[in-house]
Amino acid sequence: MSRTTRSGDRFGRRASARSVALATIAVGALALTACSSSSGDTSGSTQAGATSASGPVTLTLATFNQFGYEDLIPAFEKAHPNIKVTHKKAATSNEARDNFFTRLSAGSGMADVEAVEVDWLPEMLQYSDKFNDLNSPDVAGRWLDWKAKAATDANGALIGYGTDSGPEAICYRSDLFKAAGLPSDRESVAKLFGNTWDSYFAAGKQFSAKSKVPFFDSIGATYQGMVNQLEAAYENPKDDSITATENPDVKKVYDAVIKAGITDGLSAKLQQWGDDWTASFQKDGFATMLCPGWMVGVIEGNAKGVKGWDVANTFPGGGGNWGGSYLTVPKQSAHPKEAQELAAWLTAPEQQIAAFKKVGAFPSQKAALDSPDLLSFKVASFNNAPTGQIFADRAKAVTLSPYKGTHYFAINDAMQQALTRVEQGSSPQESWDKWVNDVKALG
Amino acid sequence: MAPRAAWRRRLTRADEKASPYAYISPFFILFGVVGLFPLGYTAWVSLHKWSLIGGQGAFVGLKNYTDVLGQPYFWNALKNTVSIFLLSSVPQIIIALLIAAALDSNLRARTFWRMGVLLPYVLAPVAVALIFSDLFGDKFGLVNHLLGLVGIDPVQWHKEVLPSHVAIATMVNFRWIGYNALIFLAAMQAVPRDYYEAALIDGAGRVRTFISITIPQLRATIIFVIVTSTIGGLQIFDEPRMYDQYGLGGADRQWQTLTLYLYQLGWTQKNFGRAAAVAWMLFLIIVIFAIINFLLTRRIASKGSR
Repeated sequence: MSRTTRSGDRFGRRASARSVALATIAVGALALTACSSSSGDTSGSTQAGATSASGPVTLTLATFNQFGYEDLIPAFEKAHPNIKVTHKKAATSNEARDNFFTRLSAGSGMADVEAVEVDWLPEMLQYSDKFNDLNSPDVAGRWLDWKAKAATDANGALIGYGTDSGPEAICYRSDLFKAAGLPSDRESVAKLFGNTWDSYFAAGKQFSAKSKVPFFDSIGATYQGMVNQLEAAYENPKDDSITATENPDVKKVYDAVIKAGITDGLSAKLQQWGDDWTASFQKDGFATMLCPGWMVGVIEGNAKGVKGWDVANTFPGGGGNWGGSYLTVPKQSAHPKEAQELAAWLTAPEQQIAAFKKVGAFPSQKAALDSPDLLSFKVASFNNAPTGQIFADRAKAVTLSPYKGTHYFAINDAMQQALTRVEQGSSPQESWDKWVNDVKALG
Repeated sequence: MAPRAAWRRRLTRADEKASPYAYISPFFILFGVVGLFPLGYTAWVSLHKWSLIGGQGAFVGLKNYTDVLGQPYFWNALKNTVSIFLLSSVPQIIIALLIAAALDSNLRARTFWRMGVLLPYVLAPVAVALIFSDLFGDKFGLVNHLLGLVGIDPVQWHKEVLPSHVAIATMVNFRWIGYNALIFLAAMQAVPRDYYEAALIDGAGRVRTFISITIPQLRATIIFVIVTSTIGGLQIFDEPRMYDQYGLGGADRQWQTLTLYLYQLGWTQKNFGRAAAVAWMLFLIIVIFAIINFLLTRRIASKGSR
């Protein structure tokens, strides 16, 4: 037995050395990923002078999800025989965001034209000096004012050309409204909802008195619609300092949405995009939700076989926008002139309407909103709702471009968690205090 | 002639002594580049104010460490990590041992069963996490539905701390039990059969032989598996990140592990200094755990063998 024991010991020692080595490698790998995104700050601008009229130019275009550009790119290449376009598509906006910031910090590897989603636009605007100013007389006044304003930095440089947008209406289940003895056609429902949050919540109380189905999906999503109507919710636009915890308007919105959703029981207490939320479309989980144009497609997908969804042409508290993207030209690009040309061409009203018809990305260009092509568009599964007309109206109702600073993403994330905690049973005050601490920890 | 022979002899001796090191050097060179250097660089980053995009800022000494240690979320994440680690590693190793013992006996279609236990390991962890978080849905999940059939109230898998840890540990176990079972099985097959025959003659039963022969003979392998699963368990990331749609570890950080916390600091808050400080503390914690585990298992197992 002694021999085996000895060999066991030997193995044991080896295992210990190995364990340390393995641990080192493992943490090293972690550290490596941490470092790869932070190495240096050099921009690839050395190549910027290489642009020349002679010889074909190859541009890369990076987008995500569905921009609807597949058929447009060959048309662009045909009109510009000197330019070839390679289209790279990321599966999700999050994936694109990770790519975007990693390459931005690495100083190389970005595409000539990079698509940016409005959710992380404020983050990238901090580094607006790493992008080309796309202001040009050719495109002046092309977009809805709030759309262009959101992509303009403090020095007045236009960093991105708007592609689509997400003007919000309210989607609702007409069959459940009918069952509750309420009006169910979209004009009467729009009247019932009114155009303030109070009237929307009051309609909810009327509904829930006669139905067991919760009125809306989530207080987090509803809060988002409300807080987007504040001009500067979390930060001071002048110096970017955090004002979130002292802003009485934020607290007011917080209290109002909790009163409606929890105290009055209107919320289904779901978290958007969660598995339960997705499943609830098949189980009469809730009767209404705030609904940007692209959400119609999401509902269609999740609620397959469920009849009764419709859109009411109203939005409480004025207009609201959720989502939409921009095309930017990083200074890393070796061919900024051609890249700007491509971005300008793709975001022209004609092209954006073609994209809308293909994938439903709602245009953010003024001229597109009056196009008969767009206005006549209807969705069969939504009781033939004229979504083109409705969302064009909704887009014109948006007046405000809320200020979103450096910490917007982190503060809003913490707020969403605070609201989820309340839905899970925390007291509103306790959860608010925790949020205040979270925000303080950011500094 | 003589000096030449001496020279040759010296060369031979040098060859014998130095060559092995030359042969293993590629690993260490590679390790130095992709392991040691980032380790040192992370330490450097952790001593500075450092932003994801903006890069290096002022030297702040140990401030990042004290900042992080002062955050309740760090301690919460440490607690969660240890809890999920214990809930996954302990049952995992015990079940793997039992499965290995079962596979070691005379089974029909042996290869089929052995391949079968490895299947979960082949699946991508993210895919496993997506499927399991659907199964563990609070309102419409399959697990709660099944619990309902036997009269148990639905468990709030995404709300309460312990259930969320159990759900995540289940994913980890699902993935690693078969893998560890195969390692144990390989070691079991190396145990000389004479021992079992001798024990049989002495009148020992199945359980007795398992405890008195199999386990002590597997000591080295058990140490190896425990150490590797300690390292893996303390760095758990994919499963908790994919457990809900936000990936931050729950609204009240119910299942935020240290790696998730690190990720949040580095990529959501873009504070690389603090993230690097957490990375280093995680490294030290893992080394400490690995050493404790190693010493403990060596103790226990060597007692058993004598």
